[in-house]
Amino acid sequence: MDKQVGSEAIKRAFPEMLKGGVIMDVVTPEQAKIAEEAGACAVMALERVPADIRREGGVSRMSDPELIMQIKSAVTIPVMAKCRIGHFVEAEVLQSLGIDCIDESEVLTPADESFHVNKRDFTIPFVCGARDLGEALRRIGEGAAMIRSKGEAGTGNIVEAVRHLRTIQDGMRKVIALPEEELMTESKNLGAPYELLLEIRKQKRLPVVMFCAGGIATPADAALVMRLGCDGVFVGSGIFKSSDPIRVGKAVVRATTHFQDPDIIAEVSRGLGKAMAGIDLRTLKPEEMMASRGW
Amino acid sequence: MKVGVLALQGDFREHCAMINQLGAEAVEVRLPKHLQGVDALILPGGESTTIGKLMVEYQLVEPLRAVIASGAPVWGTCAGLILLSQRTDNALAGQPLLATMDITTLRNAFGSQRESFGADVTIPILGEAAYHAVFIRAPLVSQVGPNVTVLASLNGPDSEIIAVRENNIIGTVFHPEVTFDSRFHRYFLQMADNHAHAQSM
Repeated sequence: MDKQVGSEAIKRAFPEMLKGGVIMDVVTPEQAKIAEEAGACAVMALERVPADIRREGGVSRMSDPELIMQIKSAVTIPVMAKCRIGHFVEAEVLQSLGIDCIDESEVLTPADESFHVNKRDFTIPFVCGARDLGEALRRIGEGAAMIRSKGEAGTGNIVEAVRHLRTIQDGMRKVIALPEEELMTESKNLGAPYELLLEIRKQKRLPVVMFCAGGIATPADAALVMRLGCDGVFVGSGIFKSSDPIRVGKAVVRATTHFQDPDIIAEVSRGLGKAMAGIDLRTLKPEEMMASRGW
Repeated sequence: MKVGVLALQGDFREHCAMINQLGAEAVEVRLPKHLQGVDALILPGGESTTIGKLMVEYQLVEPLRAVIASGAPVWGTCAGLILLSQRTDNALAGQPLLATMDITTLRNAFGSQRESFGADVTIPILGEAAYHAVFIRAPLVSQVGPNVTVLASLNGPDSEIIAVRENNIIGTVFHPEVTFDSRFHRYFLQMADNHAHAQSM
């Protein structure tokens, strides 16, 4: 019996098991345990949640391996961690730690302004952010096994994530509907590999799992993006910046499972306490936007 | 033939697609009322802690146990098998389990995602052709009771147990739903047909 480890199929199968679930940002082992208790299907181990990165400024890097390992040993659910865009050595470190998935994330300060990590060099899966179909397919072309909307992390404002999801869906509808002779030109316009366009036409969806990230603060936000065609959600600052993390965490998990059932969403949303304050994106300067990092 | 697929979290969509493609009707089960008229039941892969918690919160444990006790065919893949097992070597304290199958499972037996793998294995009930099995943070069956049949092992007889059957319940630590090989789903639908036939006699 030959074990095939780290193949594209094995890397793409991992996020399939996360579908319908909530991946929560945590900054301590205690928070990781709360997330697991609330029903998270995975946690993202971080030093600072995006809302704090935004507030405190400075260069934001991969988290201390010591913290990541403490979080890893606190829970039995999968653990993810972030590396900077293009920082393949941080990615190698994360792989060496044996975490389950790497997020090459615009939430951290980019290390390379031109090139992302070649994710095919790795045996563990990557998730990458995207604002439109072309960006999603470039990341999949580099080997990403999972896509998420970028949204605007740490704002508690869902508007950017909704824009990105609708733009990605719109791009897919077009690829599926176009006559075949127009496909190569569409590939050029999107800046995306032609073969992946063919795959979308065949499967009628993205070839990898797509989650929503960036700005989810309430159970209704989670259900909204599920209704818009996501396979699951990342919640960053929304849970541990709320006044009652365990209740908000549970409520977001329930709303993600029962996203088609307004009665259940109504019930879980009652009396949740204060959600994170949030930011109107029109008050942000262009250089404060994280979504425009990467290409 | 109506096959209920527990749809709280995980890769239920792939199971549904496979069942529908084989001519049966898949029904997503999120609440007890969705179990009405179900002839067979699949518990998919996913996170067993997440699925277990949602099962308790939405009062699904007893209704699911009732379906299993009725003799309807039930199949758990990966997380689904953990939920079916009576004992887990390393579960979280108080992790809710259906506890209907006389086996012990070991969660994440191979390690983290880095150790996930695909392998060609032999599964006698599916014929001689090799079966490509996909193991994602997979558990293992570490111990079986006297009425449990081992359907497949990783490296032939007496090696790690990867598929089991006890009366109407089957369990696999791997994921037939994420491959294009539908033999395991056919086998399960045949069990469901036999059960329906026996009931109508």
